[in-house]
Amino acid sequence: MNSTEMNNEVQTTNINFMGQRHLALALSAILILASFAGLWVKGLNFGIDFTGGTLIELSYPTPVELPELRNNLTESGFGQAIVQHFGSAEDVLIRIAPQDGLNSAQLSNQVMDALAEATEEEITLRRVEFVGPQVGDELTEDGALAVLYALFGVLIYVALRFEWRFSIGSVAALIHDVILTIGVFAWTGMQFDLTVLAAILAVIGYSLNDTIVVFDRVRENFRTMREGTPVEVTNVAVNQMLSRTIMTSATTLVVLLALFFLGGEIIHGFATALIVGVVVGTYSSTYVASAVALLLGVSKEDLMKAPKEEANNEGEEAELQRLFLEQEAKREAKEALKEMEAEKKANKKEKLNK
Amino acid sequence: MFQTQQKIITNKYPAWKYLLLIVVTVIGITYALPNLFGEDPAVQISPAKSVTFGFETQEQVAKALEEANLPVKSSVFENGRFLIRFEGTEDQLKAKSILKELLGRKAVVALNLAPSTPEILRSLGAAPMYLGLDLRGGVHFLMDVDMEVAVAKAYLRYVDEIKSVLRENKVRYLAVEMEGDTLAVKFKDLPTMEAGLAILNEKYSERFSLKPVEDTASPQVRLRFSDQTIAETQKFALQQNITTLRNRVNELAVAEPVIQQQGDRRIVVQLPGIQDTARAKEILGATATLEFRLVEERGDAYRADKTGYAPHGSIVYNFRDGRPILLKRGTIVDGENVVSASSGIDPEQGSAMVNVSLDGVGGRKMLATTKENVGNRMAVVFIERRVETVMENGVKVKKRITTKDVINAAVIRGQFGDRFQITGLDSPQEAQDLALLLRAGALAAPMEIVEERTVGPSLGQDNINQGFMSVIVGFLLVLVMMAWRYKYFGMVANVALGLNLIIIIAVLSMLQATLTLPGIAGIVLTVGMAVDANVLIFERIREELGIKGTSIQKAIHSGYEKAFVTIADANITTLLAAVVLFSFGTGPIKGFAITLSIGILTSMFTAIVGTRAVINIMYGNKRVNKLSI
Repeated sequence: MNSTEMNNEVQTTNINFMGQRHLALALSAILILASFAGLWVKGLNFGIDFTGGTLIELSYPTPVELPELRNNLTESGFGQAIVQHFGSAEDVLIRIAPQDGLNSAQLSNQVMDALAEATEEEITLRRVEFVGPQVGDELTEDGALAVLYALFGVLIYVALRFEWRFSIGSVAALIHDVILTIGVFAWTGMQFDLTVLAAILAVIGYSLNDTIVVFDRVRENFRTMREGTPVEVTNVAVNQMLSRTIMTSATTLVVLLALFFLGGEIIHGFATALIVGVVVGTYSSTYVASAVALLLGVSKEDLMKAPKEEANNEGEEAELQRLFLEQEAKREAKEALKEMEAEKKANKKEKLNK
Repeated sequence: MFQTQQKIITNKYPAWKYLLLIVVTVIGITYALPNLFGEDPAVQISPAKSVTFGFETQEQVAKALEEANLPVKSSVFENGRFLIRFEGTEDQLKAKSILKELLGRKAVVALNLAPSTPEILRSLGAAPMYLGLDLRGGVHFLMDVDMEVAVAKAYLRYVDEIKSVLRENKVRYLAVEMEGDTLAVKFKDLPTMEAGLAILNEKYSERFSLKPVEDTASPQVRLRFSDQTIAETQKFALQQNITTLRNRVNELAVAEPVIQQQGDRRIVVQLPGIQDTARAKEILGATATLEFRLVEERGDAYRADKTGYAPHGSIVYNFRDGRPILLKRGTIVDGENVVSASSGIDPEQGSAMVNVSLDGVGGRKMLATTKENVGNRMAVVFIERRVETVMENGVKVKKRITTKDVINAAVIRGQFGDRFQITGLDSPQEAQDLALLLRAGALAAPMEIVEERTVGPSLGQDNINQGFMSVIVGFLLVLVMMAWRYKYFGMVANVALGLNLIIIIAVLSMLQATLTLPGIAGIVLTVGMAVDANVLIFERIREELGIKGTSIQKAIHSGYEKAFVTIADANITTLLAAVVLFSFGTGPIKGFAITLSIGILTSMFTAIVGTRAVINIMYGNKRVNKLSI
């Protein structure tokens, strides 16, 4: 091995990440407050999946003027409809909130008829979504429950595999990620629909993945490093995982950006939620998950007694050791045998010679 | 020590692992392959109810197409259905209208896109992924069955019966009526109530819970369905509505409709390729009734059907397969009078039959009619009414459309009243269908569309193109990044990533899972995250190489070894989130959860076993001076 190669291989950084943890926790707290403020001030712009209502996407052959369209709809008795462009000047999105007496599956047909009458052009129906208010309520409830179930499942799994302080740390990180992602949607006013909810659950998955990877290394370091405070040990782990964290986040972000720019209008919200989630999730696995675990006073002893994993690892090492010794012994035996045989041969020769 | 370790860790893989990898790759490629072939425009002809196609139909169809000069690419007769492929959509559309005219109501003639998978692959059971409605265009409806009404109707069915039971036993009652969600039987005084309670208890304690109430103006017994009865009633109502919907969807001529129960009270209806959603809603929203009529045996039904003139006092009706029949004017009883209908086996003849029971009024009318008509036939007419919007002279007009079908005509063997059997049916299936139709015409619980998702064909195509594009671009970018960061090892990871993509597509094709736009998003996300396992391993190998006194072989070995635990932990937790997503998910979210879960599992295999195999070939059991990582 030449020396340049060696330099290429050893590149573990030594940045004092954990030294900034109080600052980071403060930042996180501020961001969470900002998210809540967003929810308080602006609220979420729920899609019809949750509110119920009708959504119609139409495509005109030529660009359309929205005020004109609004007039047409008002004349036909759909004054409460929200009309906007969708992706291009030719595409139009019409949203109608559920209202007494108007909330039927027939509504979309009536709107289409009204608009078709008002223009000479051939309108193409791109998409209709109608969600009854009852279904909307159910989806909201199910969605909230799903997020809770996911968090709860994680809490249990991490507590079993690691330790309760890590468990709390990882769930704190997840809640942090979910709140910040929702906060971004509140402040930007982007529509929060079913796909965004799916993205948030995927963010939980991703951020968790990231957190577990760091924790795993922290645990390993607690066992292998003979000295160092918990903060130092964690810091080493974060540094060791730094290039991995950057690389994985980068590849994930790259594909998400591809989805954002090329996947079409419908998938925009989904991609946005994931992009925010991946960025926030990467940050939180270091600064929220580990910081909270440290704050709760995780120590070397806590992990040493983590039962199964420990036994396994030791078992594995012992097994390797045993295998090694066994083979060594066999080899020695063989050699000994050879030697013996050689001796015998030599003896025989000697005898023959005699 | 250094030397001996070198000998132990040689990074050789046992032959079976290579074999496994090769087998998985071959299977993956085989089953992913059908997705590369396109689709042929085709016309699918399926028989209407109680019609079977034979050889004549096949000849008829072939002849008609030949006369119209429409070249057929291939024609298959499978599962009682025809699938005829054409070269272009123009031929397909022409053929559809010709065949529709030829076969009339005997068949459902639908446009379809048939996958043009080569015969060899098809014989292995390989088929392309099933595209969701958001990709191929179509309508998704969620219908909600009004269970409260279903249960209330079930109560009402007992009113007449309870009255007659009490009458037979000479117990006088004041009234039998619905009160809240119970059935109240009111009596004059306490002793009659006690007597009534005893009789009702004997007869109805299985189905109802009975509760005497004495402190009201008139003493009464309140009957409430047991939980089990309510559950049965609801199940029944749902089943019945599903059957009715199936029949109606046939009218829409959709190639591959999906009609499925969802939860306790919902029905999902998916109609791929339908563009006229207004008509679909009208047809699905039809109401059905029944009529029992006597058959007019004198007169020629076929002639009457042709000329349009029926003998005096009769009307021409048609069976579902188009056969005409003359029925007398004036109905005996109608659907309102039918209390229940169930299929069974006739103990005497061993053939399939349907048990029908009528309410008191219906029973008396039936008794009077059958008394005078033993030996004649009685027909059951199934009537559907709906409002349809049609274009007439360029103006949209609402039209009431009624379809009347004779679903059965049987000889009256003797005099009967409120209970009778329709016997001599061809199969248990026919009996079941008839029983369902009888019930559907009688007491269907109302349904309502509570969710609609329609995707027009142009948007569907856009979704496919954009989804495909983002997968390709995302995939290529990741390949470049990996190769740049990890050199040879990165290339190996790229091969694994490609294999991963192939396996995901193969698994989706094998499961015949539905690919949706969120599903594609799941694949894209998987591509991004799948490299994580390799990133973890490679970073670990680099790190191990940095430790003094570690040989290259040992670094590779322990890099894989140590990263494994981390990878497993990380992936299991992500899987956890995906499973929650799946169990919660409705339609679009499910698609995302499925592809994400499959992706996590396959990526673990390809990233760990796959890359290790290649790296072992490259570096294993050799003296290596440096790694390209």
